[in-house]
Amino acid sequence: MTWTATDIALMLGKIVLLYAIILTGAAYLVLAERRILGFIQDRIGPNRVGPLGLLQPLADVIKMLTKEDMIPTAADRLLFSLAPAMAAIPAILTFAIIPLGAPVQLFGRQVHLQIADLNVGVLFFMALSSIAVYGVALGGWASNSKYALLGSIRGLSQLISYELSMGLSLVPVVMLAKSLSLADIVNAQAEMPFIVYQPVAFAIFLVSILAECRRIPFDLPEAEGELVAGFHTEYSGMRFGLFFVGEYINIISLGSLASLFFLGGWRGPLLPPVLWFFIKVGLFSFLFIWVRGTLPRLRYDQLMHLGWKFLTPLALLNILVTGWWLALR
Amino acid sequence: MESIFFLVVAAVAVISSILVVTCKNPINSALSLVMTFFCLATFYVMLDAPFMAATQVIVYAGAIMVLIIFVIMLLNVRVETVKRGTHAVIAGSAIGLFILFQTVWFLMKGSMTGKVGDMTKEQIVSVGHVELIGKALFTDFLLPFEVTSVLLLAAIVGAVILAKKKI
Repeated sequence: MTWTATDIALMLGKIVLLYAIILTGAAYLVLAERRILGFIQDRIGPNRVGPLGLLQPLADVIKMLTKEDMIPTAADRLLFSLAPAMAAIPAILTFAIIPLGAPVQLFGRQVHLQIADLNVGVLFFMALSSIAVYGVALGGWASNSKYALLGSIRGLSQLISYELSMGLSLVPVVMLAKSLSLADIVNAQAEMPFIVYQPVAFAIFLVSILAECRRIPFDLPEAEGELVAGFHTEYSGMRFGLFFVGEYINIISLGSLASLFFLGGWRGPLLPPVLWFFIKVGLFSFLFIWVRGTLPRLRYDQLMHLGWKFLTPLALLNILVTGWWLALR
Repeated sequence: MESIFFLVVAAVAVISSILVVTCKNPINSALSLVMTFFCLATFYVMLDAPFMAATQVIVYAGAIMVLIIFVIMLLNVRVETVKRGTHAVIAGSAIGLFILFQTVWFLMKGSMTGKVGDMTKEQIVSVGHVELIGKALFTDFLLPFEVTSVLLLAAIVGAVILAKKKI
């Protein structure tokens, strides 16, 4: 395929637009989380900056940027500065393969609302989520502090464990769709979303993505009651902000993937496809916040038992059953 | 365009693989190795083998190197000081020269492009790389595939037995 100037301009436009959507989305997700947590805990939450507190994200960004950027003297300077980027980049890159809606006609051309429809889409996502470990691991290690190191060791083992069950829970989806490309997976759910056929896989995937986001009840890497703030204890200013925003971008990207794999992505009646997609992602984000406001933190051994002794065998069994069902049908 | 891109990635690959051996800090060495794996994955993408690229990143950069870094972090090795003996330098340079000679010899003698198989670039693009690999793996190469999986199973059982004190 040869690229014309229009193609390149279109691609750049899509990338810039997607960046804007992700970053605003993540900023307002932070606000939404604070407001909803406030509601759950019977208090008001941030409502002072702008109407309903809607300008709060802007104020937060200004605060983060103007704060002093501290690097501890004993830290490994290079890795300490690189680690936040290593945490945020894989989360942002995941959006390259997410289709936001059906292809639309724009100025007489067919425009796909997806940056790249990869032949190995699901594997690309798995690769990125396995790379995301480095930010957590190196951030804690480079800080050269005990709390940070403990947090990053916990984070590392947790992410490795839950990646396994997450990957295995996606195998039945790939088996049903007969493709690794995300556009094909959405198209395969034209009649029925996969959650109907694969409720077990959906449950495993949901628990695993909660653990991958390091959210309560799986937030042991940052457990503030015991480790101050875990792997990002020593960070301040915008470097901390990058870790923080990376976490929320991760919530959005994993929520989008959950809705693509199990809820039919942008497919839905009546409303326009893009809107359906945003509604589904919004539902998942709300679920993440709701879970945070409701559940207590797991103990470390319970976390490992759940991952290795329950979710992984269950996912394997689910693959076997799906295989039988596909063969006998 | 493609050759410029190749040269840039190749330069990064060579520099990062030199850094793997020259870095004093084991974590930096490990990270340079991760960088090298990324460059390899990029080469696979350029060769129209996206599946290989993805597995390269998942298996090497995402699993094996993470475990190596985990071990380095747990042992908390900072800067390693290794004494260099004269014997090691002599033996190392001898082996290096031999391998260099061998490489140049093969490059001069043999053909660079190798044999052309029955998979063409158009076929890979139209059918899909994953589909082609899957078909070949489960039909023509079924026996090697099964043998490998038994081997891996044996390794897993062995690891569990070694790690467990009481069975």
